Amino acid sequence: MTIELRNVAKRFGSFAAVNGVSLHVERGELVALLGPSGSGKTTLLRIIAGLEYADAGEVLFDGEDAGDRDVARRRVGFVFQHYALFRHMTVFENVAFGLRVMGRAKRPADDVIREKVTALLRLVQLEPMAGRYPSQLSGGQRQRIALARALAIEPRMLLLDEPFGALDAKVRKELRRWLRGLHDEMGFTSLFVTHDQEEALELADRVVVMNQGRIEQVGTPQEVYDRPATPFVYEFLGNVNRIACTIIDGQVDLWGHQFSVETAERGRREGYAYLRPHDIEILTTSGASSRAHVKHISATGPVARVELAIEGVATPIEAELSRQQLDALGLRLGQPVLVQPRNVRIFPVDAAA
Amino acid sequence: MGFTLLYLSVIVLLPLAGLVIKASDATWPQFVAAAVAPRALAAYRLSFGSALFAAAVNLVAGVLVAWVLVRYRFPFKRVIDGLVDLPFALPTAVAGIALATLYGPKGWIGQVLGVLGIKVAFTATGVTLALIFVGLPFVVRTVQPVLQDLDPELEDAAASLGATPIQTFTRVIAPAIMPAALTGFALAFARAVGEYGSVIFIAGNIPMKSEIAPLLIVIKLEQYDYTGAAVVGVVMLSASFLILLGINLLQRWARIRQGEKS
Repeated sequence: MTIELRNVAKRFGSFAAVNGVSLHVERGELVALLGPSGSGKTTLLRIIAGLEYADAGEVLFDGEDAGDRDVARRRVGFVFQHYALFRHMTVFENVAFGLRVMGRAKRPADDVIREKVTALLRLVQLEPMAGRYPSQLSGGQRQRIALARALAIEPRMLLLDEPFGALDAKVRKELRRWLRGLHDEMGFTSLFVTHDQEEALELADRVVVMNQGRIEQVGTPQEVYDRPATPFVYEFLGNVNRIACTIIDGQVDLWGHQFSVETAERGRREGYAYLRPHDIEILTTSGASSRAHVKHISATGPVARVELAIEGVATPIEAELSRQQLDALGLRLGQPVLVQPRNVRIFPVDAAA
Repeated sequence: MGFTLLYLSVIVLLPLAGLVIKASDATWPQFVAAAVAPRALAAYRLSFGSALFAAAVNLVAGVLVAWVLVRYRFPFKRVIDGLVDLPFALPTAVAGIALATLYGPKGWIGQVLGVLGIKVAFTATGVTLALIFVGLPFVVRTVQPVLQDLDPELEDAAASLGATPIQTFTRVIAPAIMPAALTGFALAFARAVGEYGSVIFIAGNIPMKSEIAPLLIVIKLEQYDYTGAAVVGVVMLSASFLILLGINLLQRWARIRQGEKS
């Protein structure tokens, strides 16, 4: 099903948790809501689920206003950050819960419930655990039971709140891949909340970057990473060097390299240049570049990080290059080098605040 | 562990042993006669009956009060929270006199109830009322911390799976707070069985009608019938012990059902 949000807003006291958000999610899409804590992403997810009500704006499912439907009637599969499993029930009963609380007219017979729950437990690969209690399961197993429980009511969409937040790195990676497979297989619309950029970029079809209750940018992982729309997205996604600069008539001089800013504004203005570490080229030969020297080299793993002190710039900048490049250059500490920025985005100061 | 046992023996078991030894002054027929005298039977019935009833009322009311204190924000919440403990702190005689004044035939509430044909003072109803008053804090204070720890996400989860608020309470919340609520119930009951000060003023202490067992013991003492008093004491002690043991077993069962190793 499609989900459409129109100017959704929610305040808690004087705090604007969600501040006018509009978003369209296509059928079958897997969308990540990405942002720091307090950015309103979880509140937005809860509003879609009907666990929270928006003060203003509309929520539409398949073009139909869902505003007056409460959570019990939205048929939304919600997976909670801390799983929210019922401790006093076995794994089997947890998964069966949504079926057992159905009205008499709709409730399936006991043997149908048993069949269905068993099938779901098989789907999440935990069939042998049916008789256990949640306290006897590992974190990853609990997460999968929470998912099976949400799927039991045949939801029209799946909403996951920090689904991998409480798991260790290895389990997280496995579950991520498994969830992606499950999503593709079942074909429902899914939204998940995360503060982990790697998770969002790896798992989602589209990423919604949120900050202070607003959407900063919506796009495919590649779009938001390669072409961040705002300084916030630049800083939040991946590593970036932020360098103070001066914009004069839409032109910036960065260590002798000229860059233009998309602005009609004339005159002088302070700004920041954003420069990804892998967009910095280090040259040991002469060229039209500025003078710098190597301050620190960290070469563990496939990517080497080189800290460069640039003449006349207070904070060192970080460059990333492959191990082969590093070996080819033969960099040593203190060696003078030439630095050439490849891809720079410049934002005037007030936009970067 | 040795220290715990020694401590328990000195503080709890020793006085109880003394009671049993005193009661054993009576010959077996004497013991039985004193234990099952009609006046004593009536007193047991009143004491245990009203204590059980009062504890049951407190179970429901206490869970409600705890719920509101944990889940809602309202003005003077701290003050109300503090008020809950008042029955603990108030000298029981003061509570008794206050209740007797309120519910007596000429009291504020007693007058109104009298018109409606309901008599509270000097009846079993009055006794129960006093026991409800002294027992309330036990349930509130045992259930409150458990509710505080209960993740509100559980309610959200139940609702998102289609459960009505009533189903959420009976299937999710009630089982989680059951062990704590039973503890509170047991404490409220134990306190009610032994309660004396707050009851005697409102009860009127009419033998066979509104005379509680602890009062019967005091009456026997005043008549220098130490053995008789001890006999009634032993009967009460045994009955209380059996009931509390039963509640304990029930709790263990509830905990095992929660999948915890005890």
